[in-house]
Amino acid sequence: MAGVTIRDLRKAYGGLEVLHGVNIDIADGQFVVLVGPSGCGKSTLLRMLAGLESITAGTIQIGDRVVNNLAPSERDIAMVFQNYALYPHKTVAANMGFPLKMRGMAKNEINSRVERAADILGLKPYLDRYPRALSGGQRQRVAMGRAIVRDPQVFLFDEPLSNLDAKLRVQMRTEIRELHQRLKTTTVYVTHDQIEAMTMADRIVVMRDGHIAQQGAPLELYDRPANTFVAAFIGSPSMNLLPGVVGAGGGSVEVDGTAIAVPPRQGMDPGRKVIVGIRPEHLSIASSGITATVVVIEPTGSETHVVLRLGSRELTAVFRERHAFRPGDTVTLAPDPTVIHLFDEATGDRIG
Amino acid sequence: MAQARSHLGRTIAAHAVLITYTLIALFPVFVIVINSMKSRKAIFAEPLALPRSDTFDLIGFTTVLQQGDFFLYFLNSLIVTVASLFFVLLFGAMAAFALSEYRFKGNTLMGLYLALGIMIPIRLGTVAILQMMVAAGLVNTLTALILVYTAQGLPLAVFILSEFMKQVSDDLKNAGRIDGLSEYRIFFTLVLPLVRPAMATVAVFSMIPIWNDLWFPLILAPSEATKTITLGSQVFIGQFVTNWNAVLAALSLAILPVLVLYLVFSRQLIRGITAGAVK
Repeated sequence: MAGVTIRDLRKAYGGLEVLHGVNIDIADGQFVVLVGPSGCGKSTLLRMLAGLESITAGTIQIGDRVVNNLAPSERDIAMVFQNYALYPHKTVAANMGFPLKMRGMAKNEINSRVERAADILGLKPYLDRYPRALSGGQRQRVAMGRAIVRDPQVFLFDEPLSNLDAKLRVQMRTEIRELHQRLKTTTVYVTHDQIEAMTMADRIVVMRDGHIAQQGAPLELYDRPANTFVAAFIGSPSMNLLPGVVGAGGGSVEVDGTAIAVPPRQGMDPGRKVIVGIRPEHLSIASSGITATVVVIEPTGSETHVVLRLGSRELTAVFRERHAFRPGDTVTLAPDPTVIHLFDEATGDRIG
Repeated sequence: MAQARSHLGRTIAAHAVLITYTLIALFPVFVIVINSMKSRKAIFAEPLALPRSDTFDLIGFTTVLQQGDFFLYFLNSLIVTVASLFFVLLFGAMAAFALSEYRFKGNTLMGLYLALGIMIPIRLGTVAILQMMVAAGLVNTLTALILVYTAQGLPLAVFILSEFMKQVSDDLKNAGRIDGLSEYRIFFTLVLPLVRPAMATVAVFSMIPIWNDLWFPLILAPSEATKTITLGSQVFIGQFVTNWNAVLAALSLAILPVLVLYLVFSRQLIRGITAGAVK
C-alpha cells in the first residue's frame, strides 16, 4: 500500500487546457472522493492516475515512485469502471483471475486468491457463470473482485455505482466502504453524486472547471464551504444563496428589504455586496424574520422540503416536524444565526 | 382488435413484398439449376419446364466433371476467395481499430482516404495493376488475384468495421490495459470477438464479388493452372457453339461453395443480432 502525491498536474488537449495545475496529497490507506459536475476534469484526473491518459505537465507519485511514464499495468493499481468492463467471454472466476494470469502467477495461487475475493464479495456461487448471466450489482462485485485479487497499492473507482438502481446503489455504497475498512487500501473514487462523496469519503476533493474548488473532510466541506460553488454543490437540498448588502454596523445583511442578522466577523464593511448562505435545515418558523410564500411542498416522510418565494427568489426550507402548510400560505422564517455563511458577491469566496 | 388486425395486415404486406422479391431474385438461379439437369433439346424446347423423366439428363455434369481441370478451377477459386477474405478481414479490422481507437493527426483524413475505394471502382486501375504485376513477376499466379481482391475489399471493410469498433466499450479496453494486455491482445482477444457480427457482414459483402469475378482472372491469371471457376466455365461458351448443358452445370456447381461459406457467416450474423436483442 502507498499514498499518492499529485503535484501541479496539468492536462491539455491541443491548446485546450482541462486541468490547470492540481495538487492533491493522499495519505496511505485514505479513501478520497473526487466529486464535481460533469466536465470538471475529475475523470480525466483519475485516468491520468491510471495511466490511460498522458500527463501534459506535473508529476504523479504512487508511494515514492514517480509513475508519469509507466504503463498502466506497471503502476500497481486496479480500476473499477462504470460499466463494469468485464470480459464477456470469460467466466467470473476467469475474469477475476485474469490480471494475475497476465503476471504469470501460479495457477493454485490464482485460485486461492480468487476464492478469497469471491468469499469477501459473496460471489462463491457464481464463479462459473458468464457476466451476461449476472445482475448489475453482481457484475459490479465481480469488477471489484478483479481489483481486489491484485492486491494493488491503489484502488481507482470511476463512477462505479452510476448504472445501478437507487436501492442497490445505497447497498453497494456501504459494501465498498466496508471493503475499504477491511482492506485499508488507498482508494480514489470518482463520482458526480455528492451524497456518495459525503457518505464514503475520508476526504473529498471538489473539482470545478479543472481546478480544485476545495478539499477536506466531508463535514468540514459541509460546515465551512470555501466558496459558493462548494456551498451549492455539497448538501441536498442545496444551500440557499441570497445576494444582499451588508447593513450599517456590519451586524446584518439586507436581502430584498429584509435584514438578516449575522454574527460579527472580519471584512463586514457596511455597503459590501455579499451572498448570504443558509442551509435549508437551518431555517425555522419564527415570529419575526424572513417572510415568504409557500410554493411547493415535498414530503419525504422523515422530513418535509418546502420551496418558498421571497421576492423574485426561491428559497428552500427543510422541516423535521410536520407543519400544515398549503401552497400560497405566507410564513415567517428565521435562520439560525450561528450557522449563517457569507461569501463575497464578486469572487464567491467565503468571508470569515 | 382493430390494432391487432392492422398489425397482421402490415405483417402480411411486408412478407408479400419480401417473398415477391425473393422469388424474383431466385428465379434466374432456379432456371439455371433446372436446366442444368435437362437434355440439350429440352433446354431449348421448354426452358421453364421442370426436368421430367424423358428430359432428365446429367450430360452437363458429366461433361464438366470429366473435364479434368475442373476441380483445380474450384480449388483456385476457393483459395483466392478464402485467402482474400482472410486478408480483407485482418487488415480491415486492424485499420479500423487504429482509426477508432487512437487519436492522431489526420485521423479523419486517413479514414476518408481508406474509404475512398468504395466509390472508385478498382477496375479503372486495371492497366496499371497489370503493369505492376508484370513488373513484379506475379502474372498467372493466384497471389496476384489475392492481392487485388484484398485491395478491392479493404475500403468497405475499414468503413463498416471502424463504425462498429467505435461502439466497443472504452472501459473494456482500458481494463485490458490495466491488466497488462498489449494492444495486439486487446485487439485480438477483446475487440475482435465483440465485432464478430460486423466481421460476418463484411465477409459476406466481400466474398460474393470475389467469387463471381471474371475480369481479373481473365487479365491477371488466365493460365490453365490458375484459372478460377468463373473463368473455367467460359471454355464451354464458344463463338459459334455453346455447350449449354455444361455451362449451366458448371454454374450450378459454382453456387455450392459460396452457399456454404455464406451459411457459415450468416449464422454468425444472426447469432450476433439475437445476442444484442436479448441482452
